[in-house]
Amino acid sequence: MAEFEARLDRGETIEPKDWMPEKYRKQLIRMMSQHAHSEIVGMLPEGNWITRAPSLRRKITLLAKVQDEAGHGLYIYCGTETLGIGREELVDQLLTGKAKYSSIFNYPTLTWADIGVIGWFVDGAAIVNQTMLAKTSYGPYARAMIRICKEENFHKRQGYEICSVLAAGTQAQRDMVQDAVNRWWWPSLMMFGPSDKESPNSAELIRWRVKRESNDTLRQRFVDLTVPQAKAINVSLPDPDLKYNAETEHWDFGAIDWDEFYQVIKGNGPCNRERLAARRSAHDDGALVRDAAAAYARKRSAASAA
Amino acid sequence: MTPNEGAGARSDTQWPLWEVFTQEGEGAPHEHAGSVHAVDAEHALQNARDVYARRGKVVSIWVVPSEQIIASAPGDAGPLFDPGNDKPYRHPQFYKVPRGVRVE
Repeated sequence: MAEFEARLDRGETIEPKDWMPEKYRKQLIRMMSQHAHSEIVGMLPEGNWITRAPSLRRKITLLAKVQDEAGHGLYIYCGTETLGIGREELVDQLLTGKAKYSSIFNYPTLTWADIGVIGWFVDGAAIVNQTMLAKTSYGPYARAMIRICKEENFHKRQGYEICSVLAAGTQAQRDMVQDAVNRWWWPSLMMFGPSDKESPNSAELIRWRVKRESNDTLRQRFVDLTVPQAKAINVSLPDPDLKYNAETEHWDFGAIDWDEFYQVIKGNGPCNRERLAARRSAHDDGALVRDAAAAYARKRSAASAA
Repeated sequence: MTPNEGAGARSDTQWPLWEVFTQEGEGAPHEHAGSVHAVDAEHALQNARDVYARRGKVVSIWVVPSEQIIASAPGDAGPLFDPGNDKPYRHPQFYKVPRGVRVE
């Protein structure tokens, strides 16, 4: 253990075959699988708008983005599997509700503007988090994050572009984007997880350099990045307490409704049941394809052996 | 543990695991990109294309069943690699050349 922590202090990367404390392995499995599940469930709110995208340009973009989310889920699943857990078990933990995914995906996408705001806020927040995780101590996780960060900037920019076009449009379009911003702002801030004082896993994760920065630090970085972006396109953020603090050189913001956060985590968000039901039926419907592919492979290997 | 044991009541298979190596551009080395699940080699190549080559750049992919990879053990790293660590005469800086002469 002393040698393990000494390696972390020297900034070394831990690889799958290296010795690691069971707790480190467990924490990583929990965190990485939660992250992978979030990418997979995250396809649902956006997939909802693929057939209704307002132009071909928006539609190919949204298709590419949703495909990326699937790819990102797969990068992280394969990283998680290096810790000694099988894909079957990971999928099962998601479908049975044993494993969590990001609470943000339990909110509905009511209008087209939601697709813009998700790219801008949700992917923006994810980039802040993932840029930190690209330096995590576990090699396969860090490498998956580097790959994801390279691809994800497009997600944020296309979302911000949608918002800036709507914000410069008709009154109805301006109202639509402002309404979406109002609904997604606070849940996006909750994405960074509980405040440092309330975060049960944080201290250990930081000590083992799984995380390099605290939830509150990352949340503040996201707020500081986003406020000028909102001003630039003339939308307002729904927080009367939001104001620049010249002393700290950060934007102070109002209190987060943590009751809402814990309600959504517990399964009582607007879409928790719908999301899990959609994943389960996709999995069950896919059984046919999995079985057919396996049968085809058996037949082919029998034919080549003959 | 058999592959299906973890899946509880669901009878499920996610297919065998393959390691994926991609070459990003002509002349570049193939580098480990990650892994995919697939029923056979052809399927593994297709999945690897979808997962690791969604954007330009990649010109070639290798896939290999994960169980076929033989890796050195971290604990052996010392004795395995230290013969390479004490031979400065394998580096050009070991050799003196007259001042002002260009040799490379």
